Amino acid sequence: MQQTVKMVITGPFSAGKTQFIQSVSEIDVVATERKISSAEERSVKSATTVAMDFGRITVDQDLTLFLFGTPGQKRFDFMWEILSEGMLGFIVMVDSTRPETFREARSILETFRAYAPTPFVVAANKQDKEDAWDLEDMGHALRLDKSTKLLPCVAVDRNSVKTVLLELLYSIMSEMEEK
Amino acid sequence: MALRGNLRDFTITQLLNLVNLAGKTGTLVIDGVSEQAFVSFREGKLAYARIGKDDGRLASVLYKASKLNANQYKAIIDRAGQISDKELGLVLINAGYVSREDIILNLQAYFTDMVRRLFTWVEGIFRFEAEMMPPEDRINVRLDLENIIIEGSRQLRELEQLQDEIPSLDMALKFTDRPRDNVNLSVDEWKVVKFVDPKNTMRQIAKTNKLSDVEVRRIVYGLLQAGLVELVRPADMKPQTVKPLAPEEVEEKKNLVNKLIGRIRSL
Repeated sequence: MQQTVKMVITGPFSAGKTQFIQSVSEIDVVATERKISSAEERSVKSATTVAMDFGRITVDQDLTLFLFGTPGQKRFDFMWEILSEGMLGFIVMVDSTRPETFREARSILETFRAYAPTPFVVAANKQDKEDAWDLEDMGHALRLDKSTKLLPCVAVDRNSVKTVLLELLYSIMSEMEEK
Repeated sequence: MALRGNLRDFTITQLLNLVNLAGKTGTLVIDGVSEQAFVSFREGKLAYARIGKDDGRLASVLYKASKLNANQYKAIIDRAGQISDKELGLVLINAGYVSREDIILNLQAYFTDMVRRLFTWVEGIFRFEAEMMPPEDRINVRLDLENIIIEGSRQLRELEQLQDEIPSLDMALKFTDRPRDNVNLSVDEWKVVKFVDPKNTMRQIAKTNKLSDVEVRRIVYGLLQAGLVELVRPADMKPQTVKPLAPEEVEEKKNLVNKLIGRIRSL
């Protein structure tokens, strides 16, 4: 019987979630994108995810990994709980160059932790940019404890995305070994 | 068409703005979650406001503002009987206890405070009664709504920010491991700190202390920022995946994760 497992990629608006999934998905990401209606958001990017992104990685004929990207805007947060159900773990994407989104990222992280006590990692995206915050500073700003993995990430770089996914899987494995 | 609806669709700020722009006269009646509010206007200006059981009588307003001492307040309550606020005001002015300005300014502050409380109401049914005005014996004021609306918008933004920071009051709090010395807390902060325990949700703490959602969020936000507490899942909240895995299931899951690791590495 074909088994499927799910990971959720979440984070604030324009953090790079869709790009992250696109970098590793074997299918074109099924993204429900719409033109941005708010002027403020439009200044950041032209289209956004309003329902979810959906990517797929086939492991073998019996196992498939689905990657779900959540919509970043607060007004779509009713989707989050639905998407989080049954997930193996989740990744919180944060744009390292936009400190104004850190507070929201923290809030999203807390919300997902409340939905399900599954392992997670935080991916500091756009670490290749000159104005990216240092990881250590981001850790403080996001009020992450030392046990939380805060990983450098470049969502357009497949190797970087692979590393983040692997770190999440290692966390899942460690948690199982602790039990 | 009747001006009635739900605060979820039309906020207090929007209602005040409408009353102000349309220069309305009448009373806005709001049935909140646990209290009822009456806010009266004359030609788009705030005239009177009352929430719940707080009677808003002149004597209690002046007493709360320390314009009357406890003995004076008790004497008025005991002896003044059914005297109207207007008559009481005249008596107090003539006796030299307060000035006319004292009365007007304190009533304005009291009514403004009532409206300010309404800004924290996000649930409730409202209706505007054009024929309903405050009781005849009460003193009305005439207060421009613009500043109140601006303040309301500011509070609304704060509320949105607090909701971003603390999305659910069903989470609990626990003290952080970091030791803190010389922490100065306000009375309200102490009220919350006293109940910090993973067994208590923030909603329960708010209810026990009779704090509104906004008030408890504001206090918790301060405590979070100071690094005194952190949000945790309440001790008795059932997580989504509570069923412990059987040993064979753990092995199966490990195999699955190992397969995933192998596949991701090979990408």
